[in-house]
Amino acid sequence: MQRAAALVRRGCGPRTPSSWGRSQSSAAAEASAVLKVRPERSRRERILTLESMNPQVKAVEYAVRGPIVLKAGEIELELQRGIKKPFTEVIRANIGDAQAMGQQPITFLRQVMALCTYPNLLDSPSFPEDAKKRARRILQACGGHSLGSYSASQGVNCIREDVAAYITRRDGGVPADPDNIYLTTGASDGISTILKILVSGGGKSRTGVMIPIPQYPLYSAVISELDAIQVNYYLDEENCWALNVNELRRAVQEAKDHCDPKVLCIINPGNPTGQVQSRKCIEDVIHFAWEEKLFLLADEVYQDNVYSPDCRFHSFKKVLYEMGPEYSSNVELASFHSTSKGYMGECGYRGGYMEVINLHPEIKGQLVKLLSVRLCPPVSGQAAMDIVVNPPVAGEESFEQFSREKESVLGNLAKKAKLTEDLFNQVPGIHCSPLQGAMYAFPRIFIPVKAVEAAQAHQMAPDMFYCMKLLEETGICVVPGSGFGQREGTYHFRMTILPPVEKLKTVLQKVKDFHINFLEKYA
Amino acid sequence: MALSTGDQSQAVRNGLRAKVLTLHSMNPRVRQVEYAVRGPIVQRALELEQELCQGVKKPFTEVIRANIGDAQAMGQRPITFLRQVLALCVNPDLLTSPSFPDDAKKRAERILQACGGHSLGAYSVSSGIQLIREDVAQYIERRDGGIPADPNNVFLSTGASDAIVTVLKLLVAGEGHTRTGVLIPIPQYPLYSATLAELGAVQVDYYLDEERSWALDVSELHRALCQARGHCHPRALCVINPGNPHSSRQVQTRECIEAVIRFAFEERLFLLADEVYQDNVYAAGSQFHSFKKVLMEMGPPYAGQQELASFHSTSKGYMGECGFRGGYVEVVNMDAAVQQQMLKLMSVRLCPPVPGQALLDLVVSPPAPTDPSFAQFQAERQAVLAELAAKAKLTEQVFNKAPGISCNPVQGAMYSFPRVQLPPRAVERAQELGLAPDMFFCLRLLEETGICVVPGSGFGQREGTYHFRMTILPPLEKLRLLLEKLSRFHAKFTLEYS
Repeated sequence: MQRAAALVRRGCGPRTPSSWGRSQSSAAAEASAVLKVRPERSRRERILTLESMNPQVKAVEYAVRGPIVLKAGEIELELQRGIKKPFTEVIRANIGDAQAMGQQPITFLRQVMALCTYPNLLDSPSFPEDAKKRARRILQACGGHSLGSYSASQGVNCIREDVAAYITRRDGGVPADPDNIYLTTGASDGISTILKILVSGGGKSRTGVMIPIPQYPLYSAVISELDAIQVNYYLDEENCWALNVNELRRAVQEAKDHCDPKVLCIINPGNPTGQVQSRKCIEDVIHFAWEEKLFLLADEVYQDNVYSPDCRFHSFKKVLYEMGPEYSSNVELASFHSTSKGYMGECGYRGGYMEVINLHPEIKGQLVKLLSVRLCPPVSGQAAMDIVVNPPVAGEESFEQFSREKESVLGNLAKKAKLTEDLFNQVPGIHCSPLQGAMYAFPRIFIPVKAVEAAQAHQMAPDMFYCMKLLEETGICVVPGSGFGQREGTYHFRMTILPPVEKLKTVLQKVKDFHINFLEKYA
Repeated sequence: MALSTGDQSQAVRNGLRAKVLTLHSMNPRVRQVEYAVRGPIVQRALELEQELCQGVKKPFTEVIRANIGDAQAMGQRPITFLRQVLALCVNPDLLTSPSFPDDAKKRAERILQACGGHSLGAYSVSSGIQLIREDVAQYIERRDGGIPADPNNVFLSTGASDAIVTVLKLLVAGEGHTRTGVLIPIPQYPLYSATLAELGAVQVDYYLDEERSWALDVSELHRALCQARGHCHPRALCVINPGNPHSSRQVQTRECIEAVIRFAFEERLFLLADEVYQDNVYAAGSQFHSFKKVLMEMGPPYAGQQELASFHSTSKGYMGECGFRGGYVEVVNMDAAVQQQMLKLMSVRLCPPVPGQALLDLVVSPPAPTDPSFAQFQAERQAVLAELAAKAKLTEQVFNKAPGISCNPVQGAMYSFPRVQLPPRAVERAQELGLAPDMFFCLRLLEETGICVVPGSGFGQREGTYHFRMTILPPLEKLRLLLEKLSRFHAKFTLEYS
């Protein structure tokens, strides 16, 4: 009964066997060997086992670093040990980590960070004055004038002010209140925290959280962990992965049967799909949320990654405000941003923020309380965020170089997006929707029936089977669509567009060759 | 200011809709969470600071934040070498600068080599940069006199708090009277109670013995456990050593640690050893013994079977690098499949902050005596620890001179947790106001002196006793003044409510 309920809660269509289990046994075997378990004559059963552990944690899956990535790690170790493979390196095209793939950090950002880290450098002639000014300002606002102090749990005050000013500028003057800004340990932290506060009820009144399919699997993972109900709404692949409000309506109606839908999550620009929502679409979504009394989460971490000339980023906050007081005073919204994407690629710093709109003051108090248990987000990440929202402006010494670097990164990404889309669409059996934004291609792949059967024999999702073969034969690591969700009977994979252009071309060619072979092999 | 339920209906009448997310509709467990270290008294302190900024006249010119173990906020300087290496990692152009010593450059290069794209900006593996995990394992081995540590059992984390929450999360299961129970010390560091509330686990209190320097008695562990078994399934035992908020001699002794391990083994409890203050041991004759080392030295059946997780951090010690959120957990005898699950859980949040990982690396492998930076490093480190020791002693002395305040020896960590006598009339007044008596005392202290400390009720204490936790972190002379001010306030307060 409980297991059936759990399955219903998953909300996903096809019951694909957990791909986690496969790689887990080999990794676990390796782990055991390394642990050098002493053979006791009568070994007691451990206190903490798969059976006794938190079942909600067990249910969590996160494909972006899941089984295929573990396999990639194993293969890398084998390569290091000199084992011969059909390739000389593993290409990690599974994760949106630009700097790991060679993208250079923005000079100005690192200069300010270095000055904050080691303030002796404020006396050095090698740093521009505008960088020093910002470093001093940040340090002044830190306890003991050091990045080493805890900050307020909501984040360093002046940085929150800077974030609010950034949002106001970005949104053409729509005001942002620093009091509504919370700095976070990457956007993931903020998203997780808001979802945590939202989840309540039991049985049929358990909180339902609407998420796009395909989604970035942080959402399903957090929903699993919190034992909330996942409510899927399908994006329209035929239509550049557009969000259709009728589909939202369908999803919420069905969900009301078995849960209390309270939350609607939007990722714009999309991950893995890369679609950029039109203004009209955003208005429709807001109206829908208002109608159905849903708390809106707008994951906007790719707001600086818009490539298609026909598309523009519109923040949910701005559109909400411009829809007038009935909406702007009532719809509860949390918007998220991060230092990990954009032109910065500062993933390792774990910088991020959320802006909350129309939250009940008591809830804001609860939010600060919850955040305070973890003290504060990493202060160096907060400083990085400050520079992102407060970059050099025209007239400042560092402006030219900064602009050049920023445009170079974004131009490069746009070029790679087009390249990827075009190349994939040349391959029979691969169809790639336009990459309007973000950092990924999510092409649809045709998998022949014989391959589907082979996959089932291996107890794998067909696209996992495909991706594992791709990894083993070419060293290219991508994430199967089953890790993000997709319509039953369709298969995809997510690949980043982050490797340098020449390398990317090689990778795309290799994928093409592999795919053609695969089709032949399983014809 | 806060909108109550009454105001909600007013809002509705005003044409504003009722909100989706209210106190009533939110996660009920989150509502239960409390974290006194940044709780109501600290919010009041913030308000007072703002009033001072606005020029409002007060009986004091500044608010002293003696509520939180944040050394650098109170003026402690960061260790030069650490910041040099980190700056080199952040901005590798500096590797060609003559202003940095060679050993710092070498370290930076080594760390960067191990990072994706040779940059702190890349995500790391979710368990942390492999090289740094190896360095941590070697540190543990050196610290524990050669007892081996496996890098695969080391997981870097976003401060120790992150890892503690992760391990507790794994342990929570069951329902009703099979719900996981976790034994925690009273007084405790309130991360534990907050996390247990959030996870809906059952908090099982065991009392430390104030009369004997906050000693941990296995008989008290037994008492707590037996009482708990009726209504939950006790699965874990948390120990904080050196202690927070108190600092006990007994927990630190080897005999006590062995007794705790034996108890945990017999009663089938997963051990969590919070050792973030392992570098803060002041009392002569006291020595830090890691749970891992003692466990291993106890041999079979304990060494090969007792499940243990030990935690460390860059926030305390002589480093005080709180803001970087660096930390790690070492797991011992953890089920391999569960260890994979733990890694999976960590992977959802991708990785701990890489600058924090880099800092941790320097903490666990500091300059060697032959390195150019050694002399300065050593001098700075000794100075910080010596000053902390002096401040620990001073605190004990001043407080014990004050009638009605008694302070156990501050043998480690960064806090004093003195007991205060509060007159019955003050207790009554507090009750009238709906406040815990020690909260009432601390609020008055704050309003009249600007000194912010955390009431004992935020950490737990025996019924009818009152305490507060105050850090020993302000500079020595300032600390002396604060301690005296506080003592005088207490005397005045006692008189007022006699």
